[in-house]
Amino acid sequence: MSTAELSPVELEAEEQALQEREFGFWVYLMTDAIIFALLFAVYITMTNNVATAPAPKEFFDFWHTVGETALLLISSLTFGFATLQMRAGNKQAVLMWLVVTFFLGAGFVAMELDEFAGMIAAGAAPTESGALSAFFTLVGTHGLHVSLGLLWIAVFTVQVATKGLTPHVVSRLSRLGLFWHFLDIVWIGIFSVVYLPGMM
Amino acid sequence: MEHSENHDPKLGSYLIGFVLAVVLTAIPFTLVAMNALSTAGLFATIAIAGIVQVFVHLKFFLHLSLKHTPSENILALAFAGVLVMIMIGGTLWIMFNIGFRHAM
Amino acid sequence: MLGRLTIDSLPFYSWVAMGGAVFTVLGAVIIALLITVYGKWGYLWREWLTSLDHKRIGIMYIVLALVMLVRGFIDAIMMRAQQAFALNSDGYLPPDHFDQIFTSHGTIMIFFMAMPFMTGLFNLVVPQQIGTRDVSFPFMNSVGLWLTGAGAGLMLISLVVGEFSTAGWTGYPPYSGLEYSPGVGVDYWIWSIFISGLGSTLTGINFIVTILKRRAPGMTLMRMPLFTWTVLISSILIAFAFPALTVATGLLALDRYADMHFFTNASGGNMMNFINLLWIWGHPEVYILILPAFGIFSEVVATFCRKKLFGYESLVYATAVIGLLSFTVWLHHFFTMGAGANVNAIFGIATMIIAVPTGVKVFDWLFTMYRGRITFSPEMYWTIGFIVTFVIGGVTGVLLAIPPVDYIMHNTVFLVAHFHNMIIPGVLFGYVAGMNYWFPKAFGFELNAKWGVRAFWGWLIGFCMAFMPLYLLGLMGMPRRMETYDVAEWQPLLMFAAMGAVVVLIGIICMVIQLLVSIRDREQTRDLRGDPWNGRTLEWLTSSPAAAYNFAVIPRVEGRDAFWQMKEDGTAYRPPQQYSDIAMPKNSGIGVVVGGGGFVFGFAMIWYIWWLAILSLVVMGAALIVRSSMDHTEEIIPAAEVEAIEKKRLADVASLPAHDVSELGDGSQPVPVGSAAS
Repeated sequence: MSTAELSPVELEAEEQALQEREFGFWVYLMTDAIIFALLFAVYITMTNNVATAPAPKEFFDFWHTVGETALLLISSLTFGFATLQMRAGNKQAVLMWLVVTFFLGAGFVAMELDEFAGMIAAGAAPTESGALSAFFTLVGTHGLHVSLGLLWIAVFTVQVATKGLTPHVVSRLSRLGLFWHFLDIVWIGIFSVVYLPGMM
Repeated sequence: MEHSENHDPKLGSYLIGFVLAVVLTAIPFTLVAMNALSTAGLFATIAIAGIVQVFVHLKFFLHLSLKHTPSENILALAFAGVLVMIMIGGTLWIMFNIGFRHAM
Repeated sequence: MLGRLTIDSLPFYSWVAMGGAVFTVLGAVIIALLITVYGKWGYLWREWLTSLDHKRIGIMYIVLALVMLVRGFIDAIMMRAQQAFALNSDGYLPPDHFDQIFTSHGTIMIFFMAMPFMTGLFNLVVPQQIGTRDVSFPFMNSVGLWLTGAGAGLMLISLVVGEFSTAGWTGYPPYSGLEYSPGVGVDYWIWSIFISGLGSTLTGINFIVTILKRRAPGMTLMRMPLFTWTVLISSILIAFAFPALTVATGLLALDRYADMHFFTNASGGNMMNFINLLWIWGHPEVYILILPAFGIFSEVVATFCRKKLFGYESLVYATAVIGLLSFTVWLHHFFTMGAGANVNAIFGIATMIIAVPTGVKVFDWLFTMYRGRITFSPEMYWTIGFIVTFVIGGVTGVLLAIPPVDYIMHNTVFLVAHFHNMIIPGVLFGYVAGMNYWFPKAFGFELNAKWGVRAFWGWLIGFCMAFMPLYLLGLMGMPRRMETYDVAEWQPLLMFAAMGAVVVLIGIICMVIQLLVSIRDREQTRDLRGDPWNGRTLEWLTSSPAAAYNFAVIPRVEGRDAFWQMKEDGTAYRPPQQYSDIAMPKNSGIGVVVGGGGFVFGFAMIWYIWWLAILSLVVMGAALIVRSSMDHTEEIIPAAEVEAIEKKRLADVASLPAHDVSELGDGSQPVPVGSAAS
C-alpha cells in the first residue's frame, strides 16, 4: 500500500485512528494488569494452602529462574532493536530482530513448560492443592500471554515481509512492543513474588 | 503513545535500561542465593529492587516520560496503580484477617 | 462426539420448564419465519447485523435489553407467584426449578438487561453528544455487541437444552463447584457472563478512548455534557472492574474443568477468595449501571425545566468521587464472612461516605427543578419517581452499611428490597427515561407521552407494592430465595407483593402499547428539526435519525450546553461554506463471526464437546487475524451526497418556527423566591 492513493480526508482520519488505537491498547494493558494483580493476590493468599501435596517452592530452581528471566529481558532488548530499526525504516533488520525475539520468547515458553512438566511428573500437578492451582494459574497465565505474543510476532513478521513498513504495520508493531515490554514487567512481579520468596 | 520526531526511542535508552534491569535483577537474586540478609531484609530488597525495575522498564523500554507522554496515558497508568494497590492490599488485608480469625 | 449432550438434556423434568422451552423455541421460530416471509434476511444482514454504525449497534443493544427484560420479568413474576402460594405447600414449582429461576432472573437483569441497555444508550448518544462521527473502534464495538449477544444466546438456550445454575446470580462456591453442582447449569452461568463480560470490557475501553480522544474542538472536559461525564466514569469502572469478574469466573471454571482447588472445600481451596473477587467487580458494577442513569436524569432535568443544570461542577466531582470510592467498599457485601471488627468498620464507613456525593446529586437535581419551567413529560415522571423512591433505597443502604445491622439483615428479603430499590428506580427508571428522551433521535418520531406516563405509573406503583412489603418481611426475618415457608404471617405481604408484580406487568404492557401507538402515529410526531425537546447538548444538532456521519461539519464548541448556545447565537443551522468527503467504516461481518464463535465455544465447553470448542477458538482467532491485517476498512461518502442530505434537512428546519431559547435563571443558583412574582 502506498499512502499516495489516499485522499487528505482519509489520511487525517487514519492518523487520528492510529493515535486512538495506541491509547486504546494502553488502556487494554491496564485491564490486563488488573487481571495479573488479582492473580498475584490470590496466589499470595493461597501460598500455604498446600494440603497434602508438595509446596510449589520445593520445585523452584535458582538457575532455571535466572535463565527464564534472562531470556525474557534480552527479548525485550531485541524487540527494542526491532523498534529502532522500524523507525529507521530498515525492513530486513526489523525482520531479523523480530525473528530473534521470537526465538528468545519461544525459549522462555519452553523453559516454563519444562518446569511445569517436571512438577507434574513429580506429583505436584495443579490438581493437587490450592497452592499449586494458584501457582500454575498465575505463572501459566503469563506464559499464555507470552505464547499469544509469539503468535502475534509471527503474524506481524509476515505482514512486515509482505506489506513492508506501512503506517499501519508500524502502528501495529508499536502496540505489539508495548505488549511485549508489559509482559516483562509482569515477569518482574512473578520472580519477586513467587520465585525469590520461595527460594529464601 | 505519540512520539514526536525528537523523542523517538534511542539505542542508548534501550542499553541503559537493559543494564539497569540486569543490575536490579542481579541484586535480589544474588542476595537470596547467598541468604545474605534477614528475612525481612530480603523481602525489603526484593520489593524495592522490583519496584525500581518496573519504573526502569517504564522509562527506558516503554519510553514513558512525564513531559512527552500524553497525560491520559500517565493518568490511566496511575489510576491502574492505585487500583492495583487497593485490590491487592484490600484482598490481603481481608483474607489474612479472616484467616487469622478462622485460625487457618 | 457430542460430549455429555444427550436427548435427556431436554427439559422433561417439569411442565413449567417444558413450557419455557417451548415458548423460547416458538418465539425464535416465529421471528425467523416472519423475517423469511417478508424476505428481510438480506436487509437485516446488510443494514443491521454487520453494521458498524454506532447508532445501529446502540439500537440492537437496546432491543436485546428489552427482550431480556421481558424474559427476566417472567422469572420475577413466577417467583412472586410461587411465594404467594407456597405457605406450607410446595407451590407449583419444584425446588430445583425455583432455584434456576432466581438465578437466571438476577443474571439476566444485570448482565443481559441492564448492561446492554446501558451500552445501547452509550452508543446511541455519546458520539453525537461529543460532536464526533463515530466511536474510536467501530469494529471492536461490533465484536462487543456480538459477544454480549453470544452470552444472551447461551442464557436463552439454557432454557431449552439442559438447565441453568441453581447457585444464585453470584454463584458462590463451594456450592457452585463441581462437587455440589455437577450439572451443566453453573457452566451455562460461567460462560454466559464470561463471554459477555469480555464484550463489556471492550465497550469500556472503546468509550474511554472515544470520549478522551474524539471530542469536538472546543469541548474541554468541563464543557462535556453530564451524560458524557457519567459514561466516561462508568467506562473507566468497566475497564478496571470487569477483569475481576473475568478472574473470578475464570478460576471457578478452572476448578470445574481442570479439577483445580481454588474454591473447593478440600485440598487447600478457599471459597472466600471467590466472594472477595466477585465483589471487587460487583460493587463497582452497581455504579457502572447507576452513574449513566444519573447522567440521563441530569440531561432530562435540565431540558425539561429549561434551565442550566444546577451545580454542574459538583455533579462532575461527585461522579468522579463515586467512581473512585466504588472500588473501596466491596467488603460490605460480605460483612458476615467473618472479618474482624476493624475491617468491617473501615468498609462500613467507606460505604456510608459514598452516600454523600450521591446526596449531593439529588440536591442538584432538585435545585435545577426549583423555579424551573417544568414540562411534565414521561421523562420527567421517571425522574421524579426516581428521586422519591431512590432516596428510600439509599437510606436503607446506609442502614445496611452498619455491620451489626447487616449481621441481622443479611440474606433476608430486606436486602432484596434494598438492592431492587436501588436498581429499579436508579437504573431502570433512568434508562427508560433515556429511551423516551432519545427515541426521536434514534427513529425520527416521538414516543407517545400518554402511554409513557401510564407505563410510569404501572412501574412506580407496582414497584412500591412489590418491594415495600419485602422490607417488612425482612424485618420479620424472612430469608431470601425461599421456595416454601411455614410462617403464616408472611403470606399476606407476599400476596401483596405478587400483586405488585402484576401492576408492574401492566406497566410493561403499557410500554408495549406505547411503542405500537407511537409507530402507528409516527407521521404526526415526526421530528423534522432533530430537536424535539428544545435540547441543550450537541446530539440535538443532528437530524433525527442522524445521518450515517452524524455531523456534516464537526461543530465547534464554545461552552457548556453547546447546542443551546448555538441556538441563542443563531448559528445552529448555518450551512457550511462547502461540504467535503467523509470517511466512514465499512460494514463487516467479522464481528458476527467472532460473536457466533463465542457462542459456539461457550456451548461446546458447557457440554464437553472439546473438538468443537477448539474449532470455534480457531475460527475466532483466524477471523481476528484476518481483520487485523486489513488496512482499508473505511469507505467515502462523497461531498455531493452529504450536501444533498444536508440541504434537505436545513430546508426542513427552516420550515419550522424556532424554539424559544430564553433562559430561566442562570442556573448557578436557584432564582430567589419572590423574583418571579415581582
